[in-house]
Amino acid sequence: MAYVAPAEVEQIPPAEVEDVELYHAKSWVTKYVFSQDAKVIAIQYSATAIAIGLVGLVLSWLMRLQLGFPELFDFIEPSDYYQFITVHGMIMVIYLLTALFLGGFGNYLIPLMVGARDMVFPYVNMVSYWVYLGAVILLIVSFFVPGGATGAGWTLYPPQAILSGTPGSEGGIILMLVSLALFIIGFTMGGLNYVVTVLQARTRGMTLMRLPLTIWGIFTATVLALLAFPALLVGAVMMTFDKLLGTSFFMPAIVEMGVYLDYGGGSPLLFQHLFWFFGHPEVYIVALPAFGIVSDLISVHARRHIFGYRMMVWAIVGIGALSFVVWAHHMYVSGMNPWFGFFFATTTLIIAVPTALKVYNWTLTLWKGNIRFTLPMLFALAFIVTFVNGGITGLFLGNVVVDVPLSDTMFVVAHFHMVMGVAPLLVVFGGIYHWFPLITGRMLHEGMGQFHFWVTFIGAYTIFLPLHYLGFLGVPRRYFEMGETNFIPESAQDLNAFVTVVALTVGVAQIVFFINLFWSLKNGKLAGHNPWKACSLEWRTAHVPPRHGNFDDLPVVYRWAYDYGVPGADEDFIPQDVPPDRVSTGKGEV
Amino acid sequence: MGIFQQLTEKPWLTVEGKEPAEQRAFSLESPHVGLRVFLAVATVLFTLFLVVYVERMTFPDWRPLSEPWVLWLNTLVLVISSAGFHWAWVNADRGDLDGIKTGLLAGGMASFAFLAGQLWAWRLLVDLGYYDMANPAIGFFYLLTGLHGLHLLGGLVAWFRTSAKVKAEVGLAQLRLSVGLCAVYWHFLLVVWLVLFGLLLLT
Repeated sequence: MAYVAPAEVEQIPPAEVEDVELYHAKSWVTKYVFSQDAKVIAIQYSATAIAIGLVGLVLSWLMRLQLGFPELFDFIEPSDYYQFITVHGMIMVIYLLTALFLGGFGNYLIPLMVGARDMVFPYVNMVSYWVYLGAVILLIVSFFVPGGATGAGWTLYPPQAILSGTPGSEGGIILMLVSLALFIIGFTMGGLNYVVTVLQARTRGMTLMRLPLTIWGIFTATVLALLAFPALLVGAVMMTFDKLLGTSFFMPAIVEMGVYLDYGGGSPLLFQHLFWFFGHPEVYIVALPAFGIVSDLISVHARRHIFGYRMMVWAIVGIGALSFVVWAHHMYVSGMNPWFGFFFATTTLIIAVPTALKVYNWTLTLWKGNIRFTLPMLFALAFIVTFVNGGITGLFLGNVVVDVPLSDTMFVVAHFHMVMGVAPLLVVFGGIYHWFPLITGRMLHEGMGQFHFWVTFIGAYTIFLPLHYLGFLGVPRRYFEMGETNFIPESAQDLNAFVTVVALTVGVAQIVFFINLFWSLKNGKLAGHNPWKACSLEWRTAHVPPRHGNFDDLPVVYRWAYDYGVPGADEDFIPQDVPPDRVSTGKGEV
Repeated sequence: MGIFQQLTEKPWLTVEGKEPAEQRAFSLESPHVGLRVFLAVATVLFTLFLVVYVERMTFPDWRPLSEPWVLWLNTLVLVISSAGFHWAWVNADRGDLDGIKTGLLAGGMASFAFLAGQLWAWRLLVDLGYYDMANPAIGFFYLLTGLHGLHLLGGLVAWFRTSAKVKAEVGLAQLRLSVGLCAVYWHFLLVVWLVLFGLLLLT
């Protein structure tokens, strides 16, 4: 990594901030492996999440091969296909996106952006990562136990999840449940850190309403996760009981292969409620950090203050609260009371209001901005478009009458991949292009980045727009092969083959991104301090990349994180830690 | 400043000239805030279990269970344990090291006694023939008491570390913090137990 010596940062006025005692690593192992430094933990989290995400990507290719060219690949059995589906979903939603946004971006950015030396409980933070790693390893191991990984679908609905007809019903499902439980325990340890650091460790002057929106997004998402993951834990624990001890919490009386099982009286619906009480907030656990990060990217790269900051904060909190009362819109076809459906359709539509408000505010931030089409900006803009597209199909599916015919078709697959797959991933990329210079001291290569962006952006649409259409035709999701159907034209298969080819191409093109990461680590242009001329504190460290303890003297905050284009000031941005009497105005400092 | 005022601040208007103020959401020490956040998570966890319990009760195969009498004794023991920790906390505020030791010892021993008592209760249930897991009431009994026991075991790790601190003669301020955290945690577990026990008795 390239270190940049402290240069123009004498601007930071001497601060008298009550300092904290910091743990100092004594050996290489405690510095880089069992590290208590949030920045190192962030990189560990990110690397692990991206690595397991690549496994998820390969699983999606295998699924696409089967869907695009059924009967061509002998090595994909129906049971394999179900395992690919299940683990792909689990990995992408939980082990990749949740871990990357909160464990990765959260760990790196929270202490730096709020002006703290580190998280408040560094030891617990370290343990959090290692427990997460254990969860990931268990997930991988589940592929290699007899019977393989579970093929129950990522929703793991009982009774089928633990019956012998489902792949992986021997060891796979148990390992999956234990892995989830571990993930939740690990996340809770990290989450305590993120929440308490934001609440308690902000530097002087950093009021709640001066926090960058990135922090608001990550903070609110963490609160959601802390409250929602227990529901999954309850479901996982009780299903483990059903499987191992023969309780009937979720298992109804059931006949398997002509034999009455010992189960009786349980309610599979109960599990569905628990699962989606977690599952829907999970969408926003992924989306809210993305909202926050995008707000900052747009503001920095359009050189304009975020429009409607307070509304943005309230919208984040409002969406977070509403996300707990919409869960059963995932269950319209489960046979629940229709009045429930009416209630949940209403709440679902209401949640579109604060979400739309955010989209308007992003657009209005761009209005008359000095827009720079940097890579982070391109990804941020692509996010807005994609999120709107994915969100609008969400309005379709939120209505019971539209959902019922579309339920379990490719339309649903297309919807959630757009809104919580592609959209957040675009933000992940944007965030990496934006903060890579801070983390490594070097810029990513522009040309490779442009190639990566356009292939990914156009590719994602080429993959997922046709899936909407297939869904309208009635192509079901989760089917190993369509077989002979009267109502689906044969041309649907051609479209499926096309999607597969594009998916493989776009997937392989991601190699350019990884080449860029590694190439730029050594050969990238030196970034210097604050290459994007941003106002927030993470760019105001004495060293780039920031060292252990982040700041030399803790910064003191005098203003919000969006003072771009302030009239009268010489430069078009005023960092948060510059006091009003030191703003340069062309007549010397006033 | 109230939370409402904080969240309605117009940050684009308020550039601060003088010494910006310290920013802490709570005057409590951070570990105490952390513990309370954790207890909130644990509360959600137990609440969800209770909701599922009540919901599952409505199904026809629910056959109520008669709780073993020893649970009453265990409840008393847990109250003693909680009181012990509170006693240690009060004495930590006073700076009385002997008081802290007595409180910690009483609290810890009573906790072990509680756990032993819970195991005894399980044993009694098995002797009475209540091991047919297909009856959800029985499954829930083992699940809920087991989960509560696990939380208590986790607390005993903290108790052990605090006792080690007493032995290592760390400063009183540090001791006060550890003892305080233990006391809050035990009070929480007592409340959880009372709710669980009440529910088990009533159903």
